[in-house]
Amino acid sequence: MSRELFKFKGGIHPPGHKAESTGRLVHPAPLPKKLVIPLRQHIGNPARPVVNVGERVLKGQLIAAADGAISAAVHASSSGIVSAIGPACVPHISGLPDECITIETDGRDEWIAHGPLDYQALAPADLLARLRDMGLAGLGGAVFPSAVKLDPGAALVCPTLIINGGECEPWITCDDMLMRTQADAILQGVAIMRHLLGSSEILIGIEDNKPEAIAAMQAAAAKLDFAVETVSLPTRYPGGGAKQMIETLTGKQVPSGKLSTDIGIQVFNVGTAHALARAVHHGEPLISRLVTVTGHVLRAQNVEVLIGTPFDTLIQLAGDRDGTTGVLMGGPMMGLPIPDTSVPVVKATNCILVKSAELFPPPPKALPCIRCTRCADACPAELQPQELFRFAKSDDFGRAQEYHLFDCIECGCCSYVCPSHIPLVDFYRYAKSEIWARERDKRAADLARERHEFRLFRQEREKTEKAEKLAAKAQAKRAELAAAPTDASSSGASEADAKKALIAAALARAQAKKAETTPQNTDNLSPDTQHEIAEIEARRAKIREQARKPLESEETP
Amino acid sequence: MLTAILVMVGIAVVIGLVLGWSAIRFKVEGNPLAEKIDAILPQTQCGQCGFPGCRPYAEAIAKGEADINQCPPGGEEGVKKLADLLGVEPKSLDETHGTPKPKSVAFIDEQTCIGCTLCIQACPVDAIAGAAKQMHTIIAAECTGCELCLPPCPVDCISMVPIAEDLPHWKWKHPVIEIKPVELKRVA
Ligand code: SF4
Ligand code: SF4
Ligand code: SF4
Ligand code: SF4
Repeated sequence: MSRELFKFKGGIHPPGHKAESTGRLVHPAPLPKKLVIPLRQHIGNPARPVVNVGERVLKGQLIAAADGAISAAVHASSSGIVSAIGPACVPHISGLPDECITIETDGRDEWIAHGPLDYQALAPADLLARLRDMGLAGLGGAVFPSAVKLDPGAALVCPTLIINGGECEPWITCDDMLMRTQADAILQGVAIMRHLLGSSEILIGIEDNKPEAIAAMQAAAAKLDFAVETVSLPTRYPGGGAKQMIETLTGKQVPSGKLSTDIGIQVFNVGTAHALARAVHHGEPLISRLVTVTGHVLRAQNVEVLIGTPFDTLIQLAGDRDGTTGVLMGGPMMGLPIPDTSVPVVKATNCILVKSAELFPPPPKALPCIRCTRCADACPAELQPQELFRFAKSDDFGRAQEYHLFDCIECGCCSYVCPSHIPLVDFYRYAKSEIWARERDKRAADLARERHEFRLFRQEREKTEKAEKLAAKAQAKRAELAAAPTDASSSGASEADAKKALIAAALARAQAKKAETTPQNTDNLSPDTQHEIAEIEARRAKIREQARKPLESEETP
Repeated sequence: MLTAILVMVGIAVVIGLVLGWSAIRFKVEGNPLAEKIDAILPQTQCGQCGFPGCRPYAEAIAKGEADINQCPPGGEEGVKKLADLLGVEPKSLDETHGTPKPKSVAFIDEQTCIGCTLCIQACPVDAIAGAAKQMHTIIAAECTGCELCLPPCPVDCISMVPIAEDLPHWKWKHPVIEIKPVELKRVA
């Protein structure tokens, strides 16, 4: 291997804990009785349901379509009956429910008709549309819809394609196991990516703590008719972060606020490449993925899991133990605590990490920041975490943004090294979500301003229109009157006369109307009713009299 | 000496012309300070500040006729932003204009609505859809929660519903740093 590697700044060496879950063969998880499939599993708009409650669906059938440019479709992971469409618990730190489609499985696991796509014969736009309908999204953790990333856009080609097999986060081994067992399929996916992106340089980056995966990928790459370079990278967290991998392999840095495609590089996770190959060569949408179940369990392992399978099922499969203190989705560095373990596996679930007090002792009490700048030394994004912390803590979000808060990849290196044990990343997440909320409020305010201004404008317009209409009407009347009785006012029809005539005409009209609309029920009354009416009239007159009195008495003094 | 004076006068004339021309060419429409203030105000258009909408309040602040702490929907944070913009000391919200409430949207009980159109006429952002003698509905995405439609309704069928937190709008909370170590808690 002659490739010159570069070194990204910062990074840490946490214990790997990879061996726990690589000792067992990958096998499919059992089919659960109920699959809960969230409609928002990717970044972008949630998918739009296209099935109804009570409908029978087949494995691989589209149950919710992509909605808008950045979205991905959702499919039934097994055959069965749709039993509910509505809010259900999803794997999220808040424990809040979100829209899901629930399927009662029938155990037959019956596939919908599907077959391979001849991707080379399809126009790129058609192929991308098909992939969008296959529900492909990045399986590395960000779950960005893959069809969007596979479109080179205005640049037409993306010269460098990087396949990310870094998997730097401790405990997680699903990409490792996938590379060991499915190297050929991954490279089939890479060939499709190369076809779409027109890349000339293809690099596969794998950290050197996975020698079996490197060997498997190299052997598979040797069989290809195009050049793919498998590069062994020094193990250093977060070397599997997209920006860090780009820097290690090419020496280029993605500028702040830019995308890697702006410097001609696109990065995909190995799992995404594998899912792409399944979609194109077998016509199978993204309905399952590899999940590492590890930590405080009896048999840590990797399982092939249908999307929608509850976490509980998998934890039981791996053998749950007493003394569990919590469950993380993802690894110990970037994973999120999941309050409720009945939630389903989604496209983003790479690892279910069961915690115990021995493996993950509760963090010691946080102390004030001593400004030692160890966090800054460890930060791979070259930020000043201690400053970001200071601004986020005091809600000074403007300053935090000036210090490039949004370049923070939430890798957790800073919290890991902080001698004061400050949960720094929590502050950054808090600040980011506050800033997003503010931007949302700002957009809502702009909309309200616009609508209010339009309303004022409309009211003004209506007023002038009404005035114009009235003026036009009066003009027409005047002209009419002036034309007809010329002889009657022979002594020069003055303006005042015309007006008088107008008023007289209006009066006559009003009188006529009044006569027309005399209440019909006052004719032919019986003497009794007549009497009653008279009484009421008398009472009314009295009240009117009384109402007038205080006014008069007020006036008299 | 004379040339020097002439040169100086010449430069002055040229600069004067350029300045005069740019004053006309790049004339700023409206009141830029009021614009900036209006950009900070929440645009609820509720009138609690004592002005018929956010824009008139912004103009009054710009003219120095109103204080910066009269907008309850903007809250303390809004006052702070205005203070920053105007370079004055922030003060606490003037309670006489009202207190901040959780964000809500109006909801019309469609069974009770008689279709009188009075609420439509009151809504400052045209967030109510309906026609005479027809049932009316609030377009929730456009409702600012100003409550101006509540008083005119003759059958009291409009209520304010606080916006429940859902997943897309969920926010990370300000982290609370444990004061007591967790061990101690468990022993107790
Ligand atoms: S490592 Fe911790 S204590 Fe040191 S500067 Fe960073 S935040 Fe402060
Ligand atoms: S979490 Fe953010 S600030 Fe902390 S080390 Fe990682 S990138 Fe830097
Ligand atoms: S109180 Fe605030 S939101 Fe309401 S009209 Fe006045 S400035 Fe606008
Ligand atoms: S619907 Fe009611 S509360 Fe909502 S903006 Fe209109 S008037 Fe205000």
